[in-house]
Amino acid sequence: MIGLPHFLVLAGILFSIAVAGIFLNRKNVIVLLMCIELMLLAVNFNFVAFSRWLGDVNGQVFVFFILTVAAAESAIGLAILVVLFREGRSINVDSLNRMQG
Amino acid sequence: MLTTILFYVFATVLVASALGVVLSKNPVHAALALVLAFFNSAALWLLLQAEFLGIVLVLVYVGAVMVLFLFVVMMLDINIAQLREGFTRYAPLGVLVAAIMVAEITYVVWVRHLGLDLSSWAPAMPVGFSNTKALGALLYTDYLLPFQLAAVVLLVAMVAAISLTMRKRPGYKQQDIAAQVAVRRQDRVRIMKVDSEQVR
Repeated sequence: MIGLPHFLVLAGILFSIAVAGIFLNRKNVIVLLMCIELMLLAVNFNFVAFSRWLGDVNGQVFVFFILTVAAAESAIGLAILVVLFREGRSINVDSLNRMQG
Repeated sequence: MLTTILFYVFATVLVASALGVVLSKNPVHAALALVLAFFNSAALWLLLQAEFLGIVLVLVYVGAVMVLFLFVVMMLDINIAQLREGFTRYAPLGVLVAAIMVAEITYVVWVRHLGLDLSSWAPAMPVGFSNTKALGALLYTDYLLPFQLAAVVLLVAMVAAISLTMRKRPGYKQQDIAAQVAVRRQDRVRIMKVDSEQVR
């Protein structure tokens, strides 16, 4: 029988893979954005699993909002990426030093 | 029994495709693996009786966000080899952090059960229960203000994305509507007095 822990551990594995992906692909902005999407998916997994476990639809409303914000975030992220590529012909994170930070 | 088999099949493919996102050399392959991951998550959400969100995940994520990703990945001419530098250098650290996180989460959730009785689910919804209707009833009453704010967030994101990527190209002809509207009669029409010539 599949219980709540199965889903929570699956979401944890998914989140950890995304964190490892941020370590591995630390130069490629596109894959970094994809890893953030994976993290948000793992978080949504927890919301949906607990919503089913408690029999409460409120958790799914929050997933709805997270999906909205994630879509907005990736749209702006990709727009910044396009501008970055247009300026420097590269999407390397190391070339993001124009603000001298 | 069928649920168990389905869960393990979808979970295996989900983890494999997530690894594909992280490890693939080509960003296009990573984006396609992420599409597969979203599909499998949608299937797992259907198992959790979140039908509306499963469909929304496929429609919004696979249909819109991932297409946007693929669009950008294919539009940009990326030097992949340069971006792969340091991949193996940081691999041990990344794998270590991920392994520690999985171990901790598994200990808390699987061994200690969050200190709760996690064995039983809430009773399943009755046949004919509409998940979409229940979500809508909540969204348009209790969560009306957050719903409107989400709409504003989307609008702001749209304006920001357009204004970031818009640029003026040299030699690009366009109308200046304000200048056209601001034109007065005396700017364009000149009435001249011309002496009539004598007809011979």
